[in-house]
Amino acid sequence: MKNSDRIAKLFAQKKKEGLSVFIGYVCACDPDFENSLSICKSLLANGVDLLELGVPFSDPLADGKTNQLAAQRALDAGCLQEDVFRLVKAIREFSEAPIVFYTYYNLVFSQGVETYVDKSIEAGVDGLLTLDLPPEEADDLVAASRERGMKNIFIVAPTTPEERIPLIAASASGFLYYVSREGVTGEREDLAGDLADRVATIRRHADLPVVVGFGISNSKQVRAIGEIADGVVVGSALVNCILQNFESLEQIPAKIGDKARELAQGLQPLSG
Amino acid sequence: MNSATLSTPTLDRFSLPDRHGRFGPYGGAFVPETLAHPLQQLTAAYEETKNDPVFQKELKQQLKSFAGRPTGLYFAERLTRELGGAKIYLKREDMLHTGAHKINNALGQALLAKKMGKSRIIAETGAGQHGIATAAVCARFGFDCVIYMGAEDMRRQALNVFRMRLSGAEVRSVEAGNRTLKEAINEAMRDWVTNVRSTHYILGSALGAHPYPGMVRDFHRVISTETKEQILDLEGRLPDEMVACVGGGSNAIGFFFDFLEEEAVRLVGVEAGGRNLEDGQHAARFEGGRLGVLQGCKTWILQNDDGQINQTHSVSAGLDYAAIGPEHAYYRDRGRIDFTHAGDDDALHAFRKLSETEGILPALESSHGLAYAFRRAKEMPQDSILCVNLSGRGDKDAMEAARILGEEALMP
Repeated sequence: MKNSDRIAKLFAQKKKEGLSVFIGYVCACDPDFENSLSICKSLLANGVDLLELGVPFSDPLADGKTNQLAAQRALDAGCLQEDVFRLVKAIREFSEAPIVFYTYYNLVFSQGVETYVDKSIEAGVDGLLTLDLPPEEADDLVAASRERGMKNIFIVAPTTPEERIPLIAASASGFLYYVSREGVTGEREDLAGDLADRVATIRRHADLPVVVGFGISNSKQVRAIGEIADGVVVGSALVNCILQNFESLEQIPAKIGDKARELAQGLQPLSG
Repeated sequence: MNSATLSTPTLDRFSLPDRHGRFGPYGGAFVPETLAHPLQQLTAAYEETKNDPVFQKELKQQLKSFAGRPTGLYFAERLTRELGGAKIYLKREDMLHTGAHKINNALGQALLAKKMGKSRIIAETGAGQHGIATAAVCARFGFDCVIYMGAEDMRRQALNVFRMRLSGAEVRSVEAGNRTLKEAINEAMRDWVTNVRSTHYILGSALGAHPYPGMVRDFHRVISTETKEQILDLEGRLPDEMVACVGGGSNAIGFFFDFLEEEAVRLVGVEAGGRNLEDGQHAARFEGGRLGVLQGCKTWILQNDDGQINQTHSVSAGLDYAAIGPEHAYYRDRGRIDFTHAGDDDALHAFRKLSETEGILPALESSHGLAYAFRRAKEMPQDSILCVNLSGRGDKDAMEAARILGEEALMP
């Protein structure tokens, strides 16, 4: 199957079923390659429809403590960018779920933008979300991606004025990612109140699925977001399972699978 | 074809950065979407303000009465005699309030933040000089103030941490990575992403995303404007060479700016050579770095093959950083600013030498510029002129230098 089909196909299928897409985030190679592969396998077996893989970077300035520590664990385990590609290839042995890289631009730029996109396509990556690359700076990456069928996911933030959304939508493909709170990644108690309005505003300017993330940590929140958005992203709540069970690595895949299943329940229709 | 079309295009230092914040291939605004629009608002506010005579008048007044401008251009007579070469002049930014050039920019940005209606200020600091300058202007104008500082830098600049706290700033220790300037900037950016509506981030060097590199430069340009006037007054001509240390590069670009079009004046930036030039042992970006993107801008960066940012080392916290300001990279390509480096030992030697010969204790950062200048002066004819930007004073470094040199080394 062509890489480019996976994201669109998933959103179309879920839409037909009247369901939101459940997106799970973990950092690649956290805590190491083998365990990370088991973790991804468990997530995909327990309700995660689309896998967002953080590519560990030394200076993750858009990430909160949980994801910073995850990146640090991966780098301490010796994770190289080749290992992240290798991880995707290994996942492709058993899964056709869409995979999106959540990364920082220097990791792309340092390898050569075109080379990087080629390698990503070859490994089986479907989309790139580059945290510190606003559309104004993204011409090279967007051009290289379009030629090759790679999707470019862009973020819309609470500080993004409405008049800026068309600019973002013009560069974006695959889906748009609305961050529900200002700030870095991490779990939050409450979610912003004007979410439905914001998502509706984005939809007025963009003909792409809109997913919501940042700070979603329980199934009640997942349900609330699922009613508004085409997809729900959960990250830190999963990554924390790795931290909490760091002393007994063999338990992590099962525990993180339980957590994913519990959260994904929020997207199932309520019985009765 | 006439000769005019063959010559290189005239250097127009005011045309940079362009409206995208680029200095040729360098610069830009590589930031998370949450900051993209706030940075554009900051750019617009700054563009509107920088030509506002009321703002400029107030800034000039504050620079005079609060910061202590103009600073002197001092002829280091005894040092010159001892070295036996070029006449050495020192631009005395160390005489400014809070001890370094950093106050020029802190004052400018604080006035801008006031105009933008912000109530809270954050900043990063390496050596602590920018933190102290920011804490002081926040006390002066009544802003809440949070300073991010690497834990290692807090250890080696303990006096400055205390001074910031005395001025009412909250100093937050950053434990990640190398625990120095780079990690402090990451943490300040995380704070800003979270609190951008209420908060202005006073970035302390000519680095980061647009509009910072150009704005910080503009606020330090006064150093070169004064130096030019002073040297013409003292010597009736321009210097042959000008030297400044370069971490991010704010003191250097401020010191060089009005001389960029004076092609006869050689401009030299001195990076931190650290212990040696192996990876992780220095902060000489033009010796081991390559093009990359870090903390908002595209520039020369010390990084490994995989694109991970290298750890750095310098005896001076203010130069201990993996990236160089984008405008420096641009003028290096054009052959207008030359770069070299001085190591820890050279800097420590210069630190003592200036104290002994002139009774001036320089910051370890500035000591890197001095170390090169001492070597260079000897190669230059006696009637030539070498100006060094003494960007800060060394009181903050006295304890750390004593620890490294050994206290007995300082006994008579």
